[in-house]
Amino acid sequence: MVGFFDIVLLEAVINGLLLGGVLALLALGLNLIFGVIDVTWICYAELIMIGMYAMYFLFSVYHWPFPLAAIAAILTVAALGALLHFVVISPLLNAPPINQLLATGGVLFFLQSFATVFFGIEFRNLGIRLPVLEFSDMFISYARLLAFGVALVGMVLVYLFLTKTYTGIAIRAIAQDRQIMTLMGVDSRRIYLITSALGGGLAGLAACVLVLQYDVHPFVGLSFGPITFLICVLGGLGNLIGGFVAAFLFAVIISLGGLYSDLEWGYVLAFAFFIVMMFIRPAGLLARRS
Amino acid sequence: MKRYLPWIAGAALIALPFVYKQPYHLHILILILIWSFAYTSWSMMGRFGLVSLGHGGFMGVGAYVTALLWNHLGVSPWIGIPLSMLAAAALAMVVAYPCFRFRITGHYFALVTLALSGIVLQVITATRDFTGGSLGYTPERTKGNVFVALQFTDKETWYLIALAVWAAGMYVWYWVDRSMTRYALEAISEDEDAAAAAGVNVTFEKLKITAISAVMTALAGALYGQYQMFISPDTVSGISVSLQMVFAAVAGGIYVAFGPTVGAIITILLNEGLRIGFGTKAVGWDNLIYGVLLVVFIIFLPKGTLGSILDKFKSRAPAKS
Repeated sequence: MVGFFDIVLLEAVINGLLLGGVLALLALGLNLIFGVIDVTWICYAELIMIGMYAMYFLFSVYHWPFPLAAIAAILTVAALGALLHFVVISPLLNAPPINQLLATGGVLFFLQSFATVFFGIEFRNLGIRLPVLEFSDMFISYARLLAFGVALVGMVLVYLFLTKTYTGIAIRAIAQDRQIMTLMGVDSRRIYLITSALGGGLAGLAACVLVLQYDVHPFVGLSFGPITFLICVLGGLGNLIGGFVAAFLFAVIISLGGLYSDLEWGYVLAFAFFIVMMFIRPAGLLARRS
Repeated sequence: MKRYLPWIAGAALIALPFVYKQPYHLHILILILIWSFAYTSWSMMGRFGLVSLGHGGFMGVGAYVTALLWNHLGVSPWIGIPLSMLAAAALAMVVAYPCFRFRITGHYFALVTLALSGIVLQVITATRDFTGGSLGYTPERTKGNVFVALQFTDKETWYLIALAVWAAGMYVWYWVDRSMTRYALEAISEDEDAAAAAGVNVTFEKLKITAISAVMTALAGALYGQYQMFISPDTVSGISVSLQMVFAAVAGGIYVAFGPTVGAIITILLNEGLRIGFGTKAVGWDNLIYGVLLVVFIIFLPKGTLGSILDKFKSRAPAKS
């Protein structure tokens, strides 16, 4: 017989795993950017916020069908990602990495206040309420299940793209050695631009999924941005699989912590876990570098 | 003549509140001084390539520990502030020691410290029964000027306190600038291995500057809390405060002593100018402008306003790739 306690625990674990899917999706694009271009987009969560607004406006205001709106939102954020690279990152490619990080910090401010000024500070949502699945006394959010599925499909697609296509192989090659690849006839600027657009597109995909679960407002990025960075660092910046593992670890910690106390304590636990792990494995969970 | 210039400027700054008592302008000056001090503390580390995004956390510790001790235990801020500074130093050590020991630098260091400011923010929010959570917190008021409570109703006193603290900050900068620590840290920021090989104790030197920086930031937070008599996680802690510190310091120039002060003057005047000029319509515009400026500064003027002005004789290659 399964006692009440175990059911609650199991529910927390399952919901944690599903949350992990969302977090993994968030971390994917950021990791890709870091791995290839060696740049941290501090404003990554704000790109997602813009994507969520795009979804809101296309779906709720202009009444586009959901799939069409989702594609448009993904393309919008992909274009933004390419623009970000072209305007902000490419002039700084040879600057110290920390300058690139700070410049994208400026973009973070810009996007946040852009949304505040032009979209207002109201909380907005699509007005879709997805059902909650009930499965032997456990309640599992359908939206999270969907997010989990999308995250998995996204991961697989990115993996296939990186291993099976010429552009994908060039991207991985650039990630390994940026000087030599340009000598081999790969146009690194084009590859960077493609990668940025791809990273932006993944942010857009995450936005489509998140907008089903959370209200969008100009500061929504702050609520999941930091955790995304921690996941990428914990997994080893640029290590896609490590990021995936870290996302699930974090998500389970957050939901278990949230089970016994407030959700904030879940986050505190996750942050503390992160700092402890940094001491044990400074270069990430599945570190290749020493 | 040049030797006496700092003394004359100092005397003029001290004399200011006795001849000019416009409260609003003094208020702006006090804010500029307190934030200048905070930005200066950040630059103590930032100038050596130790870019921390966790200083919002230290500021939060400074402000909240002081206020909590006063409200719950009745401990005077005169004792509470040193305790909060100790707390910030301890926090900095706990995070920084492993970072430096295991060579976590650059991006990784920035992101680990980002986690720190996240933790402080979440702890303040989670312990809302004591700290008021995201609604903010007010140190219990006393009537009028009470020295023990470090509460003063007149701006003049606060101006002098802020000025003294700011001057102390400048002195610490000057002291570091003239010490062996500076050379050691500059060597470390160029090449850690080479510095270590040359006999620099890398971990120790980095810890030293981190402790100084964290303690000063906590003091800034505590002062800000005592002056404003209202603190909330958003104004003294968290990631946006950390980023704001970085922005102001970079805008002013992190490699020169008065750079962060210039940064504070620029940001606070911009902020107030927008607020007065456009009122509630300006909500958001200040950060919009900050954001653009931060990008422009980092691309075109990585040494900041003051740094670039002082640097004008040196020819500089354009920052285009």
